[in-house]
Amino acid sequence: MSYRKRRGSRIRPYTFTGGRTRSRHPLMVQTLVSTADPSNDPPAKLMPESQRIYVLCRETRSVAEVSAELKIPLGVAQVLLSDLAELGLVYIHPTITGNSPSENQVLERALRGLERLFQ
Amino acid sequence: MVSNDYSSDIPTKMSTKIVIAGGFGAGKTTLVGSVSEIPAVTTEAVMTEASIGHDDISATPHKVTTTVAMDFGRITVDQQLIMYMFGTPGQTRFWFMWDDLVRGAVGAVVVVDCRRLAESFEAVDYFETNRRIPYIVALNRFDGQLEYTTEQVREALEVSPSVPILDFDARDRSSGGTVLKTLLRYALSTNAAAAPVG
Repeated sequence: MSYRKRRGSRIRPYTFTGGRTRSRHPLMVQTLVSTADPSNDPPAKLMPESQRIYVLCRETRSVAEVSAELKIPLGVAQVLLSDLAELGLVYIHPTITGNSPSENQVLERALRGLERLFQ
Repeated sequence: MVSNDYSSDIPTKMSTKIVIAGGFGAGKTTLVGSVSEIPAVTTEAVMTEASIGHDDISATPHKVTTTVAMDFGRITVDQQLIMYMFGTPGQTRFWFMWDDLVRGAVGAVVVVDCRRLAESFEAVDYFETNRRIPYIVALNRFDGQLEYTTEQVREALEVSPSVPILDFDARDRSSGGTVLKTLLRYALSTNAAAAPVG
């Protein structure tokens, strides 16, 4: 049994990802992801790692949080999430960088929020 | 077949990112922890030498892999907006990771320990050279007093005149919050200045 339990950590990270190290969707560490239909069980055809991501993301969280909570390296989390998004199983939320006027409005909102939180 | 159009059911949230950089031991993790609503979390990125700049690492399966740790924290600004603070990996040999972290960031804070100015030079140099995102310099006041004035630090670290420098206490939540507010105000002012071009 102990062998089985430890087996996961012995698999090379890129084994999960079929050798790919880049994700197809713009998933940054701070990008929020959520399971598209949280009331559904994860499709049985998914790999166990992807099923865990599917279940975890029933509540919205960032790519970095998925990586930290499931103890899988960031790069692996990015590729698996990208695949789930490709299948329409995971929704990718917008990321704000402040490079457009509409995004600047969001940054102003963030500043007001910080002013409220850190008085 | 199940419909693929789930998006209408999901309340869209947004996220944004601030990078916390600086020399080893300058107080990056302390700052992340003091402003974060959750205890600072560590995540790991597995780096393979061959993965730098290449898509396919399967061709060279015998390269050594290295695990790089990154600390991050979170602030829920409002119901729809979450801000993440990411500490950069301290060791200089992981500079290439900074590009990934910096991409898409609103701005960066370089935390400086005034007792070890030289430790932070490379971080300042990175942001001065790349100029991709706005950055500010935050002098960590370890013992309650600073050995140098902000202008002496500006000169020593070759910080541009327009870049804000402030002193703060990384252990203090309110002081850390002031650093974040300063960065956001500065980012908004630089974005406004750049707007007519874009």
